[in-house]
Amino acid sequence: MKFSKTMMATTALTVATGTIAFAAAHGMSDSMTLVSWGGAYQDSQQKAYVEPYLEMHPEVSSTWDESSAEAVAKLRAMNEAGNVTWDLVDVVAADAIRLCDEGLAMEYDPDELLAAAPDGTSASDDFGDLIVSDCYIPQIVYSTTFGYRTDMVPEGVEAPSQICDVFDLEKYPGKRALEKRPINNMEWALLCDGVAKADVYDVLETDEGQDQALAKLGTIKDEVIWWSAGADTPQLLADGEIFMGSTYNGRLFSVIVDQKQPVGMMWDAQVFDLDGWIIPAGLPEDRLARVKDFLMFATDTQRLADQAKYISYGPARASSAPLVPEDMKMHMPTDPANAANTFLYNYEFWADYRDDIDAKFQSWLAQ
Amino acid sequence: MSETTQDGPVPNSASSANKSADARPELMLAADGTPLKKSLSRALRRQKLRALGLVAPLLLFVVITFVAPIADMLFRSVENQIVSDTLPRTTEALADWDATTGNLPPEAVYEALFYDMSLAAEAKLHTRLGSRLNYEQTGLSSLFRQSGRGLDDISDVYLDQFEDLNKDWDKAQPWAELMGDPEWLTEQAAWTKADGKLPRFVLSDGMDDLLPRTSVAYQNFARFTQVEDEKSPIKTKPWGTVQTALYQDLMAQDVSGYSGPHADMLKTADAAVADFDSVTFQEGFSEIDEDWADHEVWQTIKTYSPNYTNGYFLNAVDMQKTPEGPAMRDDNERIYGLLFKRTLFMSMVITLSCIALGYPVAWILANLPSRTANLLMILVLLPFWTSLLVRTSAWKVMLQQQGVINDTLVWLGLVSDGDRLVMINNQFGTIVAMTHILLPFMILPLYSVMQTIPPTYLRAAKSMGATNWTAFWRVYFPQSVPGIGAGSILVFILSIGYYITPEIVGGTTGTFISNRIAYHISSSLNWGLAAALGTILLAAVLLLYWAYDKIVGIDNVKLG
Repeated sequence: MKFSKTMMATTALTVATGTIAFAAAHGMSDSMTLVSWGGAYQDSQQKAYVEPYLEMHPEVSSTWDESSAEAVAKLRAMNEAGNVTWDLVDVVAADAIRLCDEGLAMEYDPDELLAAAPDGTSASDDFGDLIVSDCYIPQIVYSTTFGYRTDMVPEGVEAPSQICDVFDLEKYPGKRALEKRPINNMEWALLCDGVAKADVYDVLETDEGQDQALAKLGTIKDEVIWWSAGADTPQLLADGEIFMGSTYNGRLFSVIVDQKQPVGMMWDAQVFDLDGWIIPAGLPEDRLARVKDFLMFATDTQRLADQAKYISYGPARASSAPLVPEDMKMHMPTDPANAANTFLYNYEFWADYRDDIDAKFQSWLAQ
Repeated sequence: MSETTQDGPVPNSASSANKSADARPELMLAADGTPLKKSLSRALRRQKLRALGLVAPLLLFVVITFVAPIADMLFRSVENQIVSDTLPRTTEALADWDATTGNLPPEAVYEALFYDMSLAAEAKLHTRLGSRLNYEQTGLSSLFRQSGRGLDDISDVYLDQFEDLNKDWDKAQPWAELMGDPEWLTEQAAWTKADGKLPRFVLSDGMDDLLPRTSVAYQNFARFTQVEDEKSPIKTKPWGTVQTALYQDLMAQDVSGYSGPHADMLKTADAAVADFDSVTFQEGFSEIDEDWADHEVWQTIKTYSPNYTNGYFLNAVDMQKTPEGPAMRDDNERIYGLLFKRTLFMSMVITLSCIALGYPVAWILANLPSRTANLLMILVLLPFWTSLLVRTSAWKVMLQQQGVINDTLVWLGLVSDGDRLVMINNQFGTIVAMTHILLPFMILPLYSVMQTIPPTYLRAAKSMGATNWTAFWRVYFPQSVPGIGAGSILVFILSIGYYITPEIVGGTTGTFISNRIAYHISSSLNWGLAAALGTILLAAVLLLYWAYDKIVGIDNVKLG
């Protein structure tokens, strides 16, 4: 144990560089370290509420750390070292549940921490079921879905609109991009192999079910480029390397709208997921006070609606939805036209089966 | 390295024999009267200490930043204290249970589990243990998570009945008065926030004899509440474990002699408990989740009870622990052996292609007039200084199916538009990109060695009638071997540990073992397995280094 402490202390030293918050003598700290994903999403956060907040509080400075992908690992290490340098961390729901379970994230009372809606609806009702854990402050609903090159659709054939078109090489020949992990892919494969939506996880629990999913994926294996970074599929689509590929809907939005590429969206069986804030457990009082003040502002109805101006992710508050600009609504995963057939993946299932299925998936890939 | 200290003439055996013969009995003394030998060694020691003092900061730096993390990693690969730390009583009780009989563990184990788990759930440690054990058996993660929440079902049985007897059994104050030392109670009552730390809970005298289980349960509650939640036990309702322990104690103990605070309440309860509804812990746990009645779950817990385990290492070589000893995993779950082999094989190929490409370049550099050579050297160094990510991404642009090379081939008519070559996201892509990235590490040592080989040797060989090839192969090449050795070791060891490039261009067939290590460190959070894989990799590198030293000799390596 001694060794691990020494080592953790050194790690913490490196991590802490530059983010040492000088605790104000009393009251609130005047600096915040926010952790997010970088790219277009972080920009939307910066513009929608970090900048306005900093304008209101000129004494405060904020720093971004783009480590959300490794947030759980890093928070664990910081916790072991006894020196948490982050103030607010943006994570997906599955990670938030894990952080909460392990006591790495602070539990909070939504109605105390978050502003009520303008019409007086309490925050807990306004966010509703999206508060998936006692520690989680959801910000947006995003989805993993498919984009395809409109100019590569074979002549005389309709553009792909069903999830099973991904598995149909005869009708839609060409390369596909899928994420290099079993989550989502296994579910889509089973859906297209005749398993009913409600039974997907029951089937996937069994060895036969896992083999069935891999067998279905095997039918397109030769045509798949496996991605591991969110930027891969948009890039591959823009290069014309692939015909269709899965990625986050906001990334596709920027390929289609900002970069004007000949790319279309296929919303069928899009997988909903949440992204939002957790507060690391055990923050000193002054930093916690600052974070609470910021959160109250950043998660109010108007601010969440503002964020939707910059990126096509649906705001997590019901009261924000009507305030979303009209021209953005059609790009939201939550828009009724897009959300006709959605799939909410099972966090609990993947918490249990991740290691097992991942080992199988990886060796299947390598064979 | 150590040779330098032995420079100078070495006395031959004859002179040393002389010396011992001439040794005089009386000691030689220094000016201050101390023996010369002593005075000399003192002076030397002072010198050594000063030298050590000078290198101390560096030494400390190396130890802290290099040795300590490696030691920590080695330690993590076998460390397994989480099970016995989180469930101390359960693992102890399980020690006597024979897993091979097929029977479930006795009630005492379930009882220990109840108390251990309650404390762990308050500290939120049970989910960590759950994820640890889930590496070994799927489903344990959610079993532990749900059981943490379900524990109240067991304790509520007793809590409700005690509460029916007297409301005070579910209140903070009476419990504190019953269990706490009077002195502590006064201190605690007088405490204000300004005083800082809460006074540490002290059990009242004789309580641990009277109510042993309750004392332990209450102490756990009181200390945890004070330290972790920073709340006063006087104002906090005790956990359900306390009432459960009280029920067990009252069933087993005689409290008639007790006369302290709340004696009436306790005695009434004592008289009533015999008629209480009760539930065995085993039933209670099976109610929470039927998996607790599963023999295999207990077997896993028992298998991973010891503080140290070889489980991670077995996993790292595609094996697993079974009751019958280590066994291979299913065919469709074996990946690490394959990845280790692939990593070594591909690193070898990359090293060889670096030699093939780097040797002629270094030769040209070494044999051109220095002005031209310097210019060419810049061409070697420029990519060397360019970011790894930039170069890797550039290869992606070059090699992809709609990329520069395929476009050129199609334009030249060598390849039809329909069958563009697949050159990226596979092994080929990784080899090309990594060869390019590591090439300077081959060229630079080769160049520095080749520069020291006088060109006159080649001319001399030729003047004696050797052909170009013989002159090169018999005269030049042997002298350049140290350069090849140094370059190969550098390139090989660097490529074994690469993970960014294979991640970007490797696809599925071109990724290395380091990609899995990175995955386990940052995504699956199975740090133990990552450490075991890393340890094996480290051992492999050291072994290769040793083998290299035996075959080629490490003294032959010249880095400049």
